[in-house]
Amino acid sequence: MLLTSLSAVDQCRLLDSGEISAVELTQAYLDRISAQEGNVGAFLRVTADRALDAAKCVDQRRASGQPLGKLAGIPVAVKDILAQKGERTTCASKMLAEFSAPYDATVIAKLKAADAVLIGCTNMDEFAMGGSTENSAFKVTANPWDLKRSPGGSSGGAAAAVAADFAPLSIGTDTGGSIRQPASFCGVVGMKPTYGRVSRFGLVAFASSLDQIGPLAHTVEDIALLHEAISGHDPHDSTSLDHTTQFTESVRKPLDGLRIGYAKEHFAEGLDSEVERAVRDALGTYESLGARLVEVSLPHSKYGVATYYVIAPSEASSNLARYDGVHYGYRADVAKLTEELNAERAELEEAGKRREAENLDTPLVRMYRKSRSEGFGAEVKRRIMLGTYALSAGYYDAYYLKALKVRRMIRQDYDRVFEQVDVLAGPVAPTPAFELGSLVDDPLAMYLVDMYTVSANLTGVPAMSVPCGQSNSGLPIGLHLQAKPLAEETLLRAGHMYQTATDWHTKRPTL
Amino acid sequence: MSLSAADVEKVALLARLILTPAELESMTAELGQIVTYVDQLAEVDTEGVEPMAHAVELHNVTKDDAVAASLSRDAALAGAPKHNDEGYLVPAVLGD
Repeated sequence: MLLTSLSAVDQCRLLDSGEISAVELTQAYLDRISAQEGNVGAFLRVTADRALDAAKCVDQRRASGQPLGKLAGIPVAVKDILAQKGERTTCASKMLAEFSAPYDATVIAKLKAADAVLIGCTNMDEFAMGGSTENSAFKVTANPWDLKRSPGGSSGGAAAAVAADFAPLSIGTDTGGSIRQPASFCGVVGMKPTYGRVSRFGLVAFASSLDQIGPLAHTVEDIALLHEAISGHDPHDSTSLDHTTQFTESVRKPLDGLRIGYAKEHFAEGLDSEVERAVRDALGTYESLGARLVEVSLPHSKYGVATYYVIAPSEASSNLARYDGVHYGYRADVAKLTEELNAERAELEEAGKRREAENLDTPLVRMYRKSRSEGFGAEVKRRIMLGTYALSAGYYDAYYLKALKVRRMIRQDYDRVFEQVDVLAGPVAPTPAFELGSLVDDPLAMYLVDMYTVSANLTGVPAMSVPCGQSNSGLPIGLHLQAKPLAEETLLRAGHMYQTATDWHTKRPTL
Repeated sequence: MSLSAADVEKVALLARLILTPAELESMTAELGQIVTYVDQLAEVDTEGVEPMAHAVELHNVTKDDAVAASLSRDAALAGAPKHNDEGYLVPAVLGD
């Protein structure tokens, strides 16, 4: 029996019955990581010693009959954007390369309280900005299904780690599709919960009204298990919601009279034919399971990407103002920049340009500018610039305020659709995984990959990618399922129903 | 709408960034392309639509006005590039 190919739910059962130990299970994953991580590059850091210590502790406590958490002994990989006390938290940025968090994020505290084994921190696009994980300042992550291709992003390491069986469960974050798109590209399940379901305390902020932490795994049952462990109200996050967090009890119950909607706008221009075929087959599967298919319309969905690329960069430009070279993170060489500034001033004065000399940056402003310019990568700078522009005097009404109004119209479309159907199904991404390097020079083309996923963030609804097929060349394809706010139970039960009728989630890449 | 290099330089100062001449050139082109794409929002009739700032609208979330544990000064200063026992250190703000 290969331990690393079992689901977390099955592993929990074997741990409970004493057939396997947590140390044995953790070691099995560490061995697999040692053998294959060189090809994939899913992790920024593998915390092997800490993981084995935690596993040993779980085994000892189990042996002495002490109560254990619901993830006791299960390895979990975490995207390197959640604060872990005393550990580095880099966001894959040079800005935070040496940063060590002074406290645990609520999700980390909950994982520890559930006795999970934190096995390592996964690679990502810098500050979660990107859709290919190529914006990491530290390394490239390959798609385990085809090492020349991107795992997607920004939670590319998180999805690749599950796909390669380096961990049964992993934690990602999703601001515009950053859990679901890599899950789709890597052939695993990934869910963005309802906005507010999971506390964002200790999550390094990108776009605060859109960011949400969520689970990745091979099976929907495992997603329910991890979601249950991390969700719930948190007094440290005033946007977190106080609602039930029971998901594992109900996930195996099929839904009677399920109404599945599909939006005609999701099957229009730009959708790859192989993706379309796989998604239509999935709709057929639901029909054969007794669901009723309903065609619906989301007339404003075509404005999703434009709306998102005003709101997300605007919030990012504000959130990332905190990286100033003063409080933490990277600082440029002050002696050198002071010298440069003095030389610039002398040159201007010598040329008689007194006004320009007076308008030069002060040393403090120059330090901010240099620290940020040297610490941030190209995509992060692009988004900060875009957001600063959209919020600047004279443009606020035309861009930011306008986008907030269109955001409400997108939500109104969703509200109407969820009066007619329980679950909305469609594609996650317009194509299967693209080749590494193919979109890096075309930011707008990269943004358009988000066309099906951003609306769930703008509207706040829960959404999930479930493996539903493969392209002719063997690349995974994901089915996008969305439900109304707080309807994770419906979403999970619908996802599990699909997995009982199909075997796409059992496929593994050959590494 | 197209952006000029001067517009982009002004935004860079507001954003506390410095762009090299090569970055200025590519940033001007890329931002222009993205802003042109985003300009399609102008065609949506949003008359009478209230802006939506948050996905789940909550109002007046309050908490007890009670003292709770917070980071110690040492822990808060530990990540700073330059600090003394009491605070963060920065280049002179007023003159030399």
